[in-house]
Amino acid sequence: MGNFFLYLTLVGYFGATVLWLGFFLVQRESYCHWGAWVMGAGLTAHTVALIQETWSFGYLPVATFGNSLLVFDWALVAVFLLLNWRYPIKVLGALVAPLAALLVSGALILPQGKGTVSPLLQGFWLTVHISLTLLGYAALALAFLGGIFYLIQERQIKAKKFGFFYRRLPSLSQLDTLNYWCLTIGFPLLTAGIISGSLYAQHAMGRFWSWDPKEILTLLAWLIYAVLLHERLTVGWRGRRAAWLAICGFLVLVCAFVGASLWLTGYHSFAKFIQKP
Amino acid sequence: MNLLLFGVNHKTAALSLREKIASLIPDLGQAYQSLKAWPEFSEVLLYTTCNRVELMCVTEEPEAAGARVRAFFSRHPEITPEALEESFYTRRDQEAVRHLFRVAASLDSMVLGEPQILGQVKAAYRAATEHQATGPILNRLLHKAFSVAKRVRCETGIGDQAVSVSYAAVTLGRKIFGELAGKNVLLLGAGEMAELALEHLRGQNVARISVANRTLERGVRLAQRFGGEAVSLEELEPQLLTADILISSTGAGDFLLTRDQVRTAMRRRKQRPLFLIDIAVPRNLDPAINDLDNVYLYNIDDLQEVAEQGREHRQQEAAKAERVVAAEALKFQDWLATLEVFPTIIDLKDKAEAICQAELKKTLSHLGPVTPEQRQALEVLTSSITQKLLHDPIIFLKRNHHPKRSPRDLPLVRRLFNLDADPQDNGSEKN
Repeated sequence: MGNFFLYLTLVGYFGATVLWLGFFLVQRESYCHWGAWVMGAGLTAHTVALIQETWSFGYLPVATFGNSLLVFDWALVAVFLLLNWRYPIKVLGALVAPLAALLVSGALILPQGKGTVSPLLQGFWLTVHISLTLLGYAALALAFLGGIFYLIQERQIKAKKFGFFYRRLPSLSQLDTLNYWCLTIGFPLLTAGIISGSLYAQHAMGRFWSWDPKEILTLLAWLIYAVLLHERLTVGWRGRRAAWLAICGFLVLVCAFVGASLWLTGYHSFAKFIQKP
Repeated sequence: MNLLLFGVNHKTAALSLREKIASLIPDLGQAYQSLKAWPEFSEVLLYTTCNRVELMCVTEEPEAAGARVRAFFSRHPEITPEALEESFYTRRDQEAVRHLFRVAASLDSMVLGEPQILGQVKAAYRAATEHQATGPILNRLLHKAFSVAKRVRCETGIGDQAVSVSYAAVTLGRKIFGELAGKNVLLLGAGEMAELALEHLRGQNVARISVANRTLERGVRLAQRFGGEAVSLEELEPQLLTADILISSTGAGDFLLTRDQVRTAMRRRKQRPLFLIDIAVPRNLDPAINDLDNVYLYNIDDLQEVAEQGREHRQQEAAKAERVVAAEALKFQDWLATLEVFPTIIDLKDKAEAICQAELKKTLSHLGPVTPEQRQALEVLTSSITQKLLHDPIIFLKRNHHPKRSPRDLPLVRRLFNLDADPQDNGSEKN
């Protein structure tokens, strides 16, 4: 049953992808307007699917890689729509919508492991830790996507060669502001996620920090973002440098999320979460 | 009924000839008065812009109307008939429609895709309606032309890119800053080029304009004209801290700003973006400045290149626009063609109505006294029989009539129903 809503979500996100890409190509305002609505409908289905799973599992479905991708995807779309509402950078949808659609497809393809999860990993604080971290990821993912656009656009203006993207991408200052906004939202969320996780680890395992691969990589990413934010506020780092740092930071986060969860061992690894029944 | 368009434009006539022709129409009121006095014209519209003088009319007698217009435009003592013949063009029917659509969509302009022409055509149309010179056909044609122009603007990128150097600078500025409103502009040099650039920037609501010139007096004068302030060239470095856009056009032989100066300034500006435009020849600003982050330096050649790309882009988009125009012109022609069948349809209906009335009268006189209900029933009967009988021929006319496809349909229908006979003949046949 949960899958029904997931398929609905998938349809919504793919529909939004078509609309946003259409908007990107032909620049017709109405396309992105509808794109946002279709994406919103997809998000609603997504929310229902997540609530259903949470209900049937008894905890937020983040114990497998596929499931946590779904939660991350939800956060990404939610943050994007929020941003699109307050500070519209329309072309961003042309990257977010396909990404959202691919993530849902990925989550559907990946094995939906359902087994018993140790009660240690079910607590309220753990849910808070995961939610905050994933929301932070989502905001920083948008900074990453905006950074890519910034670099493309900046390249064209600097090189004085105006290609396909020049007309379609927003101005540099808008993209740079996006970077700043996403950073100011994402960084505190990531920080809060790390702190809440660390407190929970102290409560559950008796130590704040255990130098697990995921923790190390996340700390690295956190440091990158901290440097970026600090330099932005004090020296006025912006533009290309800010875009590059946002991209690097997010790539490290992806390593932490995907790599450390799947291939590296540590207590954050998904393989450890579920004991096969 | 024919649509005719006559005129000269920048492609066919030199400016001097266009001026002379335009001078023949010093006052639109007078012009329309004499145009409307001609019996050949049922509707007429006149429009003159800096690049064209054109006259569009609806007439039943194209040859006579053409001769009239020619005579009208050769009144000028300095225009020889040969010169007029050479540059004067005539477009008929669909070609005329297409021409007007192209003019309104700015496909026929000197600067392809410039937006002013549509406004000029609109103003000319308004004047024509004020003088009651247009009628149902031109009204519809002009409204169609406006919607075609709008479609072209929306569906193609014909007006997207800048084609002049100063406007190219403005669009670049928008891609860097998003909005130019609230940005500070610093001008180095108070030459003609600087003025031109300022003219464009003033339309963008920039916050502050400062002018730095070698002779302070000229700087002050220019600054006053644009509501800005004059500063001296020695203050260049502190000025650089607050400026967002710098336009340099001085005659200085060497670089006024070096890479190191700008780098220092950028650090003190906290890396706020800086857009430098160097339109001076030889250049005033060190080209290496462009390597710095958040600094964008364009010289005159770069801007010209941008404008050239814009022109090429418009050329490509114009091909798309031509397709829109051709399709719409065809649609309008179809509408015109349906217009031609209406007199026939009206004749058909009139004839049927006359027969009904005559037969009804005859029958009623035979029947003797009838109740009003019976009388009404008979009326309904006769009219519904004729209506149903005529339904198919009318539909046939409306759907199938097209002057190019089957020019014989219309006369055939008229002959079939004997619509062109004299009234006397008609009456005798009926009996």
